[in-house]
Amino acid sequence: MTKHRILATSTLVSLALCQPLWAADTHPVTGEPLAADQTFQYRLLDQFPSIDPQLIEETVGGHLARQLFEGLLTQNADGTLRPGVAEEWSSEDNQTWTFKLREDARWSNGDPVTAQDFVFAWRRAADPATASEYAWYVELSQITNAAAAIAGEASTEELGVRAIDDRTLEVTLTQPLPYFPQMTVHYTFMPTHQPTVEAHGAAWTNPANIVSNGAYTLDDMATNEFVRLVQNPEYWGAEDVIITEITGFVINDANQALTRFHAGEFDMMDDLPAGSYPRLEAEMPDVAHSVPRLCSYYYTVNQSESGHEALQDPRVRTALSYMINREVITDQVLKAGQAPAFSFTHWATADFELPAIDYSLWSQQERMEKAVALMEEAGYGPDNPIEVNLIYNTSENHKQIATVVSQMWRPLGVTTVLNNFEWQSYLEIRGNQNFDIARSAWCGDYNEASTFLDLLTSNNANNDGKYINEEVDRLMAESVTMSDPQPVYTQVEQILAEDMAILPIYHYTQTFVLDPTIKNWPTENVENNWYVKDIYRVASE
Amino acid sequence: MIVYIIKRLLVAIPVLLILIVSTFILMYAAPGSPFATERGIPPAVLANLQAQYGLDQPFHIQIWRYVVGVVTEFDFGPSFIYRDQDVNALIGQGFPVTLTYGFWSFLVAVLVGGSLGILAAVRHNTWLDYLAVGISIGAQVLPNFVLAPILVLTFTLWLGWLPGGGWQGGQWQFVILPVIALSTSFMASIARISRASMLEVLTSNYIRTARAKGLPMRRVIFRHALKPALLPVISYLGPAFVGMITGSVVIDIYFSTGGIGQFFVASALNRDYGVMMGITILLGALTIFFNLLVDVLYAWIDPKIRY
Repeated sequence: MTKHRILATSTLVSLALCQPLWAADTHPVTGEPLAADQTFQYRLLDQFPSIDPQLIEETVGGHLARQLFEGLLTQNADGTLRPGVAEEWSSEDNQTWTFKLREDARWSNGDPVTAQDFVFAWRRAADPATASEYAWYVELSQITNAAAAIAGEASTEELGVRAIDDRTLEVTLTQPLPYFPQMTVHYTFMPTHQPTVEAHGAAWTNPANIVSNGAYTLDDMATNEFVRLVQNPEYWGAEDVIITEITGFVINDANQALTRFHAGEFDMMDDLPAGSYPRLEAEMPDVAHSVPRLCSYYYTVNQSESGHEALQDPRVRTALSYMINREVITDQVLKAGQAPAFSFTHWATADFELPAIDYSLWSQQERMEKAVALMEEAGYGPDNPIEVNLIYNTSENHKQIATVVSQMWRPLGVTTVLNNFEWQSYLEIRGNQNFDIARSAWCGDYNEASTFLDLLTSNNANNDGKYINEEVDRLMAESVTMSDPQPVYTQVEQILAEDMAILPIYHYTQTFVLDPTIKNWPTENVENNWYVKDIYRVASE
Repeated sequence: MIVYIIKRLLVAIPVLLILIVSTFILMYAAPGSPFATERGIPPAVLANLQAQYGLDQPFHIQIWRYVVGVVTEFDFGPSFIYRDQDVNALIGQGFPVTLTYGFWSFLVAVLVGGSLGILAAVRHNTWLDYLAVGISIGAQVLPNFVLAPILVLTFTLWLGWLPGGGWQGGQWQFVILPVIALSTSFMASIARISRASMLEVLTSNYIRTARAKGLPMRRVIFRHALKPALLPVISYLGPAFVGMITGSVVIDIYFSTGGIGQFFVASALNRDYGVMMGITILLGALTIFFNLLVDVLYAWIDPKIRY
């Protein structure tokens, strides 16, 4: 099927190329008139710490990596997989995966992209000497010996990835993982050019040194100012790429960025100023967009020994959760199309069926009545009040939500002490369980429910609330080998809701403004993975 | 004089060392680490990261190595966050930017502020005085984080005359808005200080004598009043100049100039120990140097002062 699609696309493209000259400024497939200027400018929220695929650990660098490098597989506009450097992939048992690489994949210096480049990059990601902050992702992918290599107990040569020949990559996993191909989309698994890395060390990503294999190459950059990418003529699909140049402007201040967007200085920005979305949507419906984004916002409850005594009682946690009027938060505070959450896994996660969690079906009035009763049953209430501390990291939204929630908890006799910390301090405090309740959020690393649910297994390093339920551990362990794990995920969500392991609050949306002349933006991609090679600018009427 | 300068430069060494040590201590006292991430780092990777940056060494060895690196090789070490770059490169790229817009801001602030102040003093209690005082108070109460968005709204969005940010190697159209935003409050301070001191000088006895002799007003002001009136201004200018050429967080954040100003805040928030130290030392050294320069200028202007 994959092959067919390629054939179909290439036929279309070659047909388009045969068209007469007068049609040169129309889109080869859709026939829309194209603008003469095919450059794309967008705003970067912050300076990216690195664009070395194995060292990237945040979204700004991640977006750039998807333009500069190409992994085995990439994503279509709707988030489904499509061939990248690999043109075919298969596995008999979901445990040994074989990727067949395309023959015409080239680095920007003309070298062919081979299976060895992937082996090099993946070993590099796992190598403790690289000190990649995303090494855990390699471990998460269950590649054989990944955990041992990352811990420094095995050589990276023993990593379960090998080049059978230049064009065949074989990956062995410790257990069957049906969604492994999805995981290869991630930047950590993008190839790197060994001779360049070895010749220049940390400076290999400088514009003068970098060799990349994506549709674009790095042309120029200035820290905290801008980055410019130009089309890579060596890219195997270069003929289909319409946008010739990409410029990213680093603009920290969201309001300033929005003013400059209005002034027409660039085409796209996300991370809009807090609370600005409703106005933008009303004034410019064809410019402002709100799409589901694979992240969940929730409150972590410290269930370890250092946590509040009352919060160890599931009835108290449940009462707190019932009292949170999520519609107020999504419709009155955030106002950008977010969905109230009663489950941890984001509703838009691929194949995931949102479980019918009981209290999601009740009215807020019912929830509040039940909450009061539960609290009483647990021995607390206005006559036996409790005081909990709620920590959050600096952000206007977090502060507003915390304030609103603390008011919602008041009728239960719960006094909430709000504690604001800047990010680094907050991470340390939360990681050391020095809190009662902590504002948290989790974004999916791949589009599958386990990216969320694994977090609440007892030995997961990010289980900051130290929630432990053997049944959840067992079910999640079993789910990996199943051909259809979805019913198990639904079951786990039910258990989480019964225990009230976390207090789900809302599911994210991605809000952004986009110049209407830019077409084919992947609004359906819930992981917010966009590839500039797919978009184009139409001539404005 | 030369002996005095050498003595002052020698004193600067322990001052800088104390600055380095105290910054180092404060930095390590802050919770969090440059490597803390939400996802957590495998212990072996963290150990390697710490070894890479020398954080696995005892505190006194770390600080010793750092000082030795700075003193012997002028090497400010790696950035803990921007892993493709080191501190020397980051400052090397950002400092010329802040130096450029800082220098122009300084010129504008001194020329406009000084003239406003002197004009106001000379035309004391006339409409010119009120206008100048009004302008300088207005400029003083308009902080740059308010002024910057207003400038961009006006000149970028409404008028479309100037770009709302960026630097592009320091082309003039990219320099204007940052210079206006940065110089305004300095200009106001200079106007106020120079007005006050000029007024004081103008009422002094020797000026009265000069006028009584029938000297033209222009000559009285430029020949006799200006130099002593500038003394308080000059003591303000030293630190102000350092403040301007090391840039401003607000300017860098609002205008995306790529200067080093924003590292003051960003490096602290990111726990980027390397950049934090480099910036602190740079600012410290410049402050010491320009304070010395101010003292030397004092001696030159005021014959009463001798070192």
